[in-house]
Parts: sequence; structure tokens; C-alpha cells
Amino acid sequence: MATQLIDIAYLVAVVLFVQGMKYMSHPDTARKGNLWAAGGMGLAVVATFFAPGLQNILLSVIAIVIGSVGGWLMSNRIKMTDMPQMVSFFNGMGGAAAALIAVAEVYAMYHGNDLGAAAELLLNPSATTYFYFTALLISLVVGGISFTGSIIAMGKLQGFVSGKSVRWPMQKLTNNGLLVLMAVLMVLYFVLSNGNEAIIYILLVLSLLFGVLFVMPIGGADMPVVISLLNSFTGITAATTGLLFDNKVMLMGGVLVGASGFLLTVLMCKAMNRSLTAVLLGAFNSGGGAASDREIDTTVREISLSDASILLAYAKKVVVIPGYGLAVAQAQHVVHELEKLLESKGVEVKYGIHPVAGRMPGHMNVLLAESDVSYDKLIEMEAINPEFPQTDVVVVIGANDVVNPAAELDPASPIYGMPILQADRAQNIIVIKRSMNAGYAGIENELFYNPKTRMLFGDAKKALGQLVEAVKAL
Amino acid sequence: MENILQLISDNLQMIYVLVLAVFVGIEVISKVPQVLHTPLMSGSNALSGVVIIGSILVMGKTAPDNYLALALGFLAVVLATLNVVGGFAVTDRMLDMFRKKKK
Repeated sequence: MATQLIDIAYLVAVVLFVQGMKYMSHPDTARKGNLWAAGGMGLAVVATFFAPGLQNILLSVIAIVIGSVGGWLMSNRIKMTDMPQMVSFFNGMGGAAAALIAVAEVYAMYHGNDLGAAAELLLNPSATTYFYFTALLISLVVGGISFTGSIIAMGKLQGFVSGKSVRWPMQKLTNNGLLVLMAVLMVLYFVLSNGNEAIIYILLVLSLLFGVLFVMPIGGADMPVVISLLNSFTGITAATTGLLFDNKVMLMGGVLVGASGFLLTVLMCKAMNRSLTAVLLGAFNSGGGAASDREIDTTVREISLSDASILLAYAKKVVVIPGYGLAVAQAQHVVHELEKLLESKGVEVKYGIHPVAGRMPGHMNVLLAESDVSYDKLIEMEAINPEFPQTDVVVVIGANDVVNPAAELDPASPIYGMPILQADRAQNIIVIKRSMNAGYAGIENELFYNPKTRMLFGDAKKALGQLVEAVKAL
Repeated sequence: MENILQLISDNLQMIYVLVLAVFVGIEVISKVPQVLHTPLMSGSNALSGVVIIGSILVMGKTAPDNYLALALGFLAVVLATLNVVGGFAVTDRMLDMFRKKKK
């Protein structure tokens, strides 16, 4: 009876995982999705305690209480800007847990009362035992890599490990050599008929070492990608642990994370305009993977009024990003005029409003509402950002730091971690600006040198007025 | 060879689950907008803490006098719980910022 109920609880948990993840990929339902997944996890954990013959329940409960209190406190005390390293830390803990489970299994096998599978491997090696031990070794090695890799990634973001790409002589050789060595040891474990216990511990040490060496050469700017990849690794270890215990909820949850984590890694690379191989192999080439090391091409491309007007009038979708410069130039009325003109030509026009556009939160909404811009055209940052890739033209008017990609890409930048309007993801970017001067934060803006960006120099009000005339003349 | 084929047919159910889960994992997040990358990564990170079940099971079959194995299992449960609870809590905090502000 109990086992059947547990199986049903696991099934429900898996459904909650899948639906939770599905909800999480949409802004409106994301929070609910997270709660669903958490509920599924809670259900699975509670159900596990009803497994027949389970021992040491009190100890497990104590451990869960300790972990819950710790995790809760940490996640609530962390500053929002320090989120990525927190995620990396938690991921490392998952990897460590998987590796520890494998070690505990091995130790219990060789030193416990019940030799179980080890004895079977010893006496009667079959496909099943090979399968079991392969899963065990993968849990161990991948979990170890995920643990130290995540801790180094966290260190790079937090600053206790150099955020720069750390390199050493014959790095490619040592890293690849280490991988080969681990593979050889795994095979050796099966070949040695007594399944030498020491090999497992050597493998653990090597995998911990590899985690460090694998992440060290990758620059701090690429850490989100690395964390996502290591997250996928932890998913794989959860899946292999599931195979180990013939437990479907672990298998399903693990594979789900492994697959989606890998896809997410690729998507993140794409969003940053880099390939995964470039990020990972960047670790092996001398080219430098971090944004802070990146050579910025400082070519500025200007655009003429007529080109700008054509670009706007024939666009399907235009997003205006107003900043302090627009407020200073009192250009909100001209912007509204341009918006109406473009709408009459069938162009969809929206405003992307950064929470700190202007100088205070909500400042810009007030300014634009004043000039009769319809309220539903003012789109908040969270809502407009996903639309940029489908936006033909972004017009940045007197805004600077709030569109600076360095906030997302360059951990060395003072504004790193600040949420920005991702104007750089649009097809074309027109920047209306008086000069190349730096913004409020006093830092260079990579967006202005983006190959997709054209600059229209001038006072916001005057330039917009000319632009309106140019569009009318088409 | 025969061994391997036997293994596959013995574990056919698990293999089905594995293969289908890969597709589900990919399908479920294939249209995620970029702003949700970090929360989704964080949420799926919490989900990978599902190894907590393995750690409870490994504790559950360890003899109460096998102190080293118990210590390892205990640590595994603590760390996996950190991953699960911390992971979901931090994701919730992140997603709280996505809530629509009512005027």
C-alpha cells in the first residue's frame, strides 16, 4: 500500500515539476511556476519518508531542518545584486550532495554489513552491476565537478577568486589530460576484478580538481553561462542518482534540469551573442573570454535625418527609450508627435520605461503622461525587454546608463548587476544624444559602438523636430 | 553484447522515462524570454536539488552504527536541502520583482 501511494505522490510531483517549469518560462506565471515546482519537491520529500524500512529518519529530519533554516536565511539576506553567486553556491551544494551520496554508497558497500552490489560486482559481474556502477561513477565525478566549479564561479562573482581569465602553461593539456585520466580510471575500476575502492576516492579528488581548473580560465562576465551549465551537470547527477536508487522522481527531475539547463545555457550564450564553444573554448585559447578584457571597437556610426526617417517609417515596431536628456530638453511633446505620425503610418510604437528613467522611479511616466502619451503605451522594463529582439528600431533619447550592456556583461563595471533595458537586442538602434559624453555613472557605453547602432547627434527636442519633418516629407 | 541488450530490455521503462524527459525538458523552456533566464536558471537549480531524495534514501539504508557513512549521508541531506530551500526561496525573491505594479 505504502509503496503504491509513494509512487503516486512521485507522479504528482513530476507533473508539478513540468508544469512549474512551463509556468516559469512566462513572466506572468513565473512566480506561480516556482511555487508549483517547490510544492512538487515538498511532496516528493514527504513521500520518501514513508518508504518501507527507512532508517535514521530522525537524523534526516534534523538535517533537513538545518538545511532549510540555512537556505532560507541565506536566500533572504542576500542582496539582489549578489543573486547570481547565491544561485551558484546553491548549485554547488546540490552537486556536492550528489557526490556525497555516491561516496556514502561506496563506503557502505565496502564497509557496511550489506555488501550488496559491490559483492555482486566482485563475484558475479553482469550488465546490471556495470550499469549500476556507471551511474554511481557519473554521480560522483559530475557531482564533484559541479561542486568545485560552482564554488569557483561564485568566488569569481563575489571577488574572492580573480574574475579575470586565469591561465597557466599547458592549460589545455592539463585539463584534457585530467579528463582522459578520469576516463581511464573509470574503465580501470571495472577491469580490476575486485573493483578497487581506492580508485573511487582518487576519482573524487580528480573531479574536484577538474571543477576548479575548468572554471578558473573563464572570465567573470561569462559566469552566468558557466553556472547554467554546471546547473545542467547537477541535473545529470540527480538523474544518475535516480538510476542508482531506481527512483523515477529523481530521474525525471534530474533529466528535466539536465536538458533544460543545457538548452538554457545555449540560449544565454545566444542572448549574449556568443556561442557556447566560444565561452568554453575561450577558456582554452589565449583570446580572453571576459568582457572586461574585450577589445571594444570604438567606431561611432552616424545616421542622417533622411535615413533615420526611412528606417522609422518602414519599421513594423518601434520602441522609444526616453531618458533624462529628454526631460531636460523638454522634448516629451515632440516625441508624442513623432509617435502619432508613425502610428498613422502603421508603425507600432511603444515606450520602454526603465524603473529609474529620469532620476527617480516613475519620473518618466509622469513626464510622458503630461504630454498625453497614452498610459498603456508606457511599458515597464520587465515587460518590454522580451520584445526587443522582435523590435525593428529602438530610439534611445537622452538615456545612457539604463541601456548600457556593461550592466549585464561586465562584472568589472560599476553598474554591473543593474537591470537595464536591453536595447542592444533590437534589430536597429538609433541614439539621439548631444555628444559622446558619458552618462550619470560616468562610464563608457558599449551600446554606442554596437554595429547595429547609429548615432543622431543633437539636442533631443531639435533633433526630434527635424525627424518629424523628415518623416512627414516621405 | 547480449548482456547490454538484456540490460536495455530489463530497464525499458526507465529508458523511456529518460528519453521522454529530455524532450519535455527542452520543450518546456524553449520559448523563454531573456529576462527570465536568470530566474529560470535559479528555479531549475532548485529542482536539481531533487538529489535530496537520494540522500534521504542513502541515510535510510545505512546501518545506525556505520558512523562515517551516516555522517556523509547527513551532510548530503543538509547540502541538498540548502539547494532546494535556498534555491526556491531565492527564485521567489527574484520573481517578486516581476510582479505587475498596481497603480
